Amino acid sequence: MTDTTARPRPRRSLATRIPLFAQVRSSIGLQRGMLVAGLVITGVFVITAIFAPLLAPYGFAQLRADGTPFGAQEAPNAEHLLGTTVGGYDVLSRVIWGAQTAILTIVVSVILSIFAGIFLGLVSGYIGGWLDRVLVVVCDAIYAFPSLLLAIVMSIVISGGQSNLFGGILAASISITVVFIPQYFRVIRAETVRIKSEAYVESAKVIGTRAPRIVFRHVLRNATRSLPLLLTLNSSEALLTLAGLGFLGFGIEPSAAAEWGYDLNKSLSDVTSGIWWTSLFPGLAIVLAVLGITLLGESLNDLADPRLRGRRAALDTGAPAPDNGAAPHGSAASGQAVVADDRATTNDEERVS
Amino acid sequence: MTAELSSPDPASAAPPAVLRRGSSSGGGGLGRYVLVRFLLIIPTVFILVTLVFLLMRTTGDPITAALGGKLTGPQLQERIHEAGYDRPLIVQYLEYLGNIFTGNFGNTLSDNRPVTQVLLTYGGATLELAFYALIVAFIVGIPLGMVAAYFRDRTPDAFLRIFAILCYATPVFFAGLLLKLVFAVWFQILPVAGRASTGAELQMQFLQSKTGIYLIDAIQTGNPDVIGDVLSHAVLPGVALGLLTAGVFLRLVRTNLIGTLGTDYVDSARSRGVTEFRLVRKHAYRPALIPIITVIGLQIALLLGGAVLTETTFEWKGLGFQLAQYLQARDFVAVQGIVALLAVIVAVTNFIVDIIAALIDPRVRY
Repeated sequence: MTDTTARPRPRRSLATRIPLFAQVRSSIGLQRGMLVAGLVITGVFVITAIFAPLLAPYGFAQLRADGTPFGAQEAPNAEHLLGTTVGGYDVLSRVIWGAQTAILTIVVSVILSIFAGIFLGLVSGYIGGWLDRVLVVVCDAIYAFPSLLLAIVMSIVISGGQSNLFGGILAASISITVVFIPQYFRVIRAETVRIKSEAYVESAKVIGTRAPRIVFRHVLRNATRSLPLLLTLNSSEALLTLAGLGFLGFGIEPSAAAEWGYDLNKSLSDVTSGIWWTSLFPGLAIVLAVLGITLLGESLNDLADPRLRGRRAALDTGAPAPDNGAAPHGSAASGQAVVADDRATTNDEERVS
Repeated sequence: MTAELSSPDPASAAPPAVLRRGSSSGGGGLGRYVLVRFLLIIPTVFILVTLVFLLMRTTGDPITAALGGKLTGPQLQERIHEAGYDRPLIVQYLEYLGNIFTGNFGNTLSDNRPVTQVLLTYGGATLELAFYALIVAFIVGIPLGMVAAYFRDRTPDAFLRIFAILCYATPVFFAGLLLKLVFAVWFQILPVAGRASTGAELQMQFLQSKTGIYLIDAIQTGNPDVIGDVLSHAVLPGVALGLLTAGVFLRLVRTNLIGTLGTDYVDSARSRGVTEFRLVRKHAYRPALIPIITVIGLQIALLLGGAVLTETTFEWKGLGFQLAQYLQARDFVAVQGIVALLAVIVAVTNFIVDIIAALIDPRVRY
């Protein structure tokens, strides 16, 4: 820790300030491979989602072209590169459109849970008392419960089990959000409790700063360092939960949007008769998307954790090592001040740029 | 997998804070821990049951949901009145709590059976599936985790880590579908679905002491064909669900072993000339296994969620399969009952796992 601060700070060019660039540079060997692979797969996933209307040969709910129906369960051929489903949809088109549904769900659910989780965590950690205790017990109870079951209950509540276009995406997202709130809550609350006793917060109190300002300006800003990691992890979990809901028949109607889990559910009986293309491709899409996001999150986590980082890699970008909330803070007590100091500087720079 | 990266699991993290006051006085640590940990089950179950009740009731009454299209308005009203769903919410809630306290989780709407009976009939199957999955997870996850730690940052480690991530990234139902396609449809060496073939089921039907757990029943028949049949049906679902957990175990063993391999006592053993292989095998691996026990508690929740999907994929007639059936039938009384029951099961298993962890590792108690 002291070694890092003693060295002259590297020049921070524009390139190094682009998120992830510094991590790619500082990684080596396998870790770099995993990080780059994660970036590439996630990039392809996002691009597919954005340009789905251009990439997909047909619409997700299209059943006929030029007046002639596609036909059901057709093996991959020139017209339908990946074949057609039992319902007569084009598999390739639905796989591509599915990326859009997946991304939308991830974005909505992660945004919702970040806001709710951060707010609750800040309030709970800062105010403390019985409110804190109740929230902690409630969140722990939710956290320990099978998330898929909770999501099922939520989706019944929100959409009554039947979903249409954005209602479906919203229902899935909110269902997933409820599962995620406790995770953000715990991380932010733990950080808040720690930061609350820092000298600068006490100073702010002494000069009469109001609580909301302290919470949002001093505490929040320093409490969010482990969020990016949690965010990638939750994105992949959101995707899996959406697919799970779809597989159980709580997904989105095929005429409203394409959803990989729903398609897999419909392909369940195909498999027994040896029809492989209806299940393989939506399934692979899920695996690849989750794989990409997970690789990304994993590598970022490893690079941030000195115990897991490759031995020769030295991540020295001026950014702090965001611990994952699980590491005991006491053990790093000596380094803590330096990190917090560093963090403040980074924040200033980010605000300017 | 998040368990390992985000904060530690709630069950094991909460009690020490509560206990801190008493721990300094020494003596009676374990007894006190068990008691406090046991008392913590009550709020957990209470909160989950309340949450499920409130959430399910905000959608309206279950009778309209289940029979809405099938009955006329007045008929519907009559049914709602009979079942008491037109009373104030608080009255319904208190009655519901009282019923749960006496072990009554309500009757299903679609086939009018007590939810507890549904549990008794199908719970064994889910238990059996979870058991197979845990075995697969142990057999696959722990040795591979040790190998990965031994080859840290070298090629085998790279492949194993990607394998672990793939285990997590593959939804159980997709893994199930693939396994089914390859081993049951293309190679035809394993059965496609179900828990046993009809012949074997018939043989087990006439047993005096049926347990519902097919493996035990099959052993009771004493017929090796039946045992083989039951086991061959279990392979694919067990592997599909087990791989999910195997990935978690692999990563956990790897991370912990790497951590333990850097400790002083391992270093001192290394300096005495103990080979690296023996270090992994004898010195570092025992302490690295302790976190696994804690994580199994969290895995139970994951396994139950996964069981719903696996059972649907393989038509494995357990609780999860049944839950999916009730979901399709819009029988939300049954869903509420099963979910509440599962909440109790998860809380109790977590309790048991925590106690085991405390017995093995005294540090947990303080």
